Amino acid sequence: MILERYFSNVWALFGLKLGAVLIFFLTAPLVIGYVEHKVLAHMQARLGPMEAGRFHGWAQLIADGVKFIQKEDITPSAADKWVFVMAPILVIVPVILIFVVIPFGPGYWAVNLDLGLFFALAISAIGVIGMLMAGWASANKFSLIGAIRGAAQLIAYELPLVLAAAAVAMQAGTLSLVGIVEAQTSYWYVLPQFVGFGIFVTASLAELSRPPFDMPIADSEIIFGHMTEYTGIKFGLFLLSEYAGIVALSGLATVMYLGGWHSILIPGIPAPLWTLAKIGAISFLVIWLRATYPRLREDQLQKMAWKYLIPFALINILLTGVFKVVFK
Amino acid sequence: MAMTEERSAMFPGGPGEGMEIIVAGKGDLATEEMVLNIGPQHPSTHGVLRVVITLDGELITAAEPVIGYMHRGFEKLAEARDYRQIIALVNRHDWLSAFGNEVGVALIVEKMLGLEVPPRATWIRMLMAEWNRILNHLMFLGSYGLELGAMTPMFYAFREREEIQALMEAATGGRLHFTYCRPGGLKDDLPKGFLQHSQKLVKLTRHRLLDYAGLLLGNEIFKKRTVGVGVLPGDVAKDYGVTGPILQASGVAEDSRLTEPYLFYDQVEFDVPTGSNGDSFDRFHVLYQRIEQSLRIIEQIHDKIPAGPIIPGKMPKTIKVPEGNYYLRTENSLGECGYYLVSTGDKRPWRMKMRTPSFNNVSMIPYLLPGILVPDLIAVLGSVFFVVGDVDR
Repeated sequence: MILERYFSNVWALFGLKLGAVLIFFLTAPLVIGYVEHKVLAHMQARLGPMEAGRFHGWAQLIADGVKFIQKEDITPSAADKWVFVMAPILVIVPVILIFVVIPFGPGYWAVNLDLGLFFALAISAIGVIGMLMAGWASANKFSLIGAIRGAAQLIAYELPLVLAAAAVAMQAGTLSLVGIVEAQTSYWYVLPQFVGFGIFVTASLAELSRPPFDMPIADSEIIFGHMTEYTGIKFGLFLLSEYAGIVALSGLATVMYLGGWHSILIPGIPAPLWTLAKIGAISFLVIWLRATYPRLREDQLQKMAWKYLIPFALINILLTGVFKVVFK
Repeated sequence: MAMTEERSAMFPGGPGEGMEIIVAGKGDLATEEMVLNIGPQHPSTHGVLRVVITLDGELITAAEPVIGYMHRGFEKLAEARDYRQIIALVNRHDWLSAFGNEVGVALIVEKMLGLEVPPRATWIRMLMAEWNRILNHLMFLGSYGLELGAMTPMFYAFREREEIQALMEAATGGRLHFTYCRPGGLKDDLPKGFLQHSQKLVKLTRHRLLDYAGLLLGNEIFKKRTVGVGVLPGDVAKDYGVTGPILQASGVAEDSRLTEPYLFYDQVEFDVPTGSNGDSFDRFHVLYQRIEQSLRIIEQIHDKIPAGPIIPGKMPKTIKVPEGNYYLRTENSLGECGYYLVSTGDKRPWRMKMRTPSFNNVSMIPYLLPGILVPDLIAVLGSVFFVVGDVDR
């Protein structure tokens, strides 16, 4: 939108937008990853990375990335080669596509789809196919268990995620993410939709396989789940997609519940910075949970989804509908 | 085989009959079981324990621990060492409770020699043994959290361990393997200011223990993962010869510090914490309470340490234990440690048999594991509290 003001050539626009999305996709996860290193460390009475880049280890993740590229790329001899190679790509592409629709400020978005919310949620579910492919193609029992766990988890948690988002769409009266943010000018949806917000964040954690729902990669049980056999850059891609996933789903939560670029109290700060700050706040919460909780068991997780989250999400939709009718 | 019959039943093929759907009952539909090796190199077996489990989905139908990957032949090695060297040797089978191990050997040698140990040395031995017990228990408090996916307790545990190790290093010169005991007494006296340092550390440790209580004991998810998981009834535990915190968690208040006091344990007051259910949560809780009790003992020792020598005036250059045999048991950090020493009057033992707690504790894994899920396997294995070196020796 902003870019359209200065450029009229379709291809130049396309290239610039693509570049912007890719740059954000490559930098934001690194920032979140670094913050996770440091926040976890300080919560756990230690310092975290201190060497790389001289100042408080700021370049640690860049160094890690370079290391991943340098490592030998091993494909197990029993693996299904093509599926094994395709899996990390299939995990990472959907996450990039989510960034395409997230608005960061008035005019700061790549595409404003009318079905933005639907698109983002649908595309985020594709990653699990990559997970299953990785688990199956690795020809490793631990990988297989991890992949099956991941698939089961996604089926259980996609539903509350979509139901919570449906309530927001009902209240806003639109599925466009830009429209949802614009509908929150007077108040943020986290106030009327606090139940939905809780459900959305919980389900996002499960979808991202983040603690306390990290059973698909539970390192003390099944080594590293579907990533067990991956090395080098492919493993790096999996990790990158995990952190990019945190940013993407935090971005969705920001847009849907925390009023996107709308400010509170402090005027004069550019709108995109507000969005980034809110994404950072939710990511911090995600990291904090990792420092605090052990992981649930797979069956307990399923129980939680089907017995609590989905009924509550349905009640939330019902109440939203009632309020929508009564107050309009 | 079964599939073809079902197929024909599902699609009867007759016109107008519709489709008949058969729901496979338990055991009707053949599913294949998977054999999975947990270990010898696996993140949660702390070392090289190998458990071969048979899986039906994620349900464990059979489990068999395979031990011996870390067999180092300590008992045989002891037959070729003199008694002072053995103390350095036994430090290493259970590397997390090195001092507890050496006290046992020193005690049995003294018993057979009929040697009178100066009271100061005995009190210091108790002090060190209890600090070592806390070191050991902290390690398991931390690693158990880590196995369940909570990474913070581990770092907290190492924060505390670091300070306690610094304290013990001041006196013994070692951080893991102290080699501080000698037959008859101790290597050195305590350095200046040791007891004040120790007193401060008791307060600090007691305060910081609350962190673990807050992070794990009161944690909803932690309770969900551990309460009712891996229940070990008291009588089964006794049958398997399980001792220490695991036996106590099953409701049996057996602790050789109380039932057969050695050192001066009859002169201090402490309780044996017991659990009521014998599940993983109880085992963890008992471990936690044992640290509190150890701190209580240490505080009493501070008041009771007398001045005096730490080793009897003249010890012979080579210790020759008179002919005979003797058995002695001590309450080591993870349970009961037994020493059976047979001497022919030589400067070396003819045979030294050790009964180590981890070996018996691991032996009941096949009882606990079948019928539970893979994630619970970790919750159970972690709460059995074993050191692989102590299993294999």
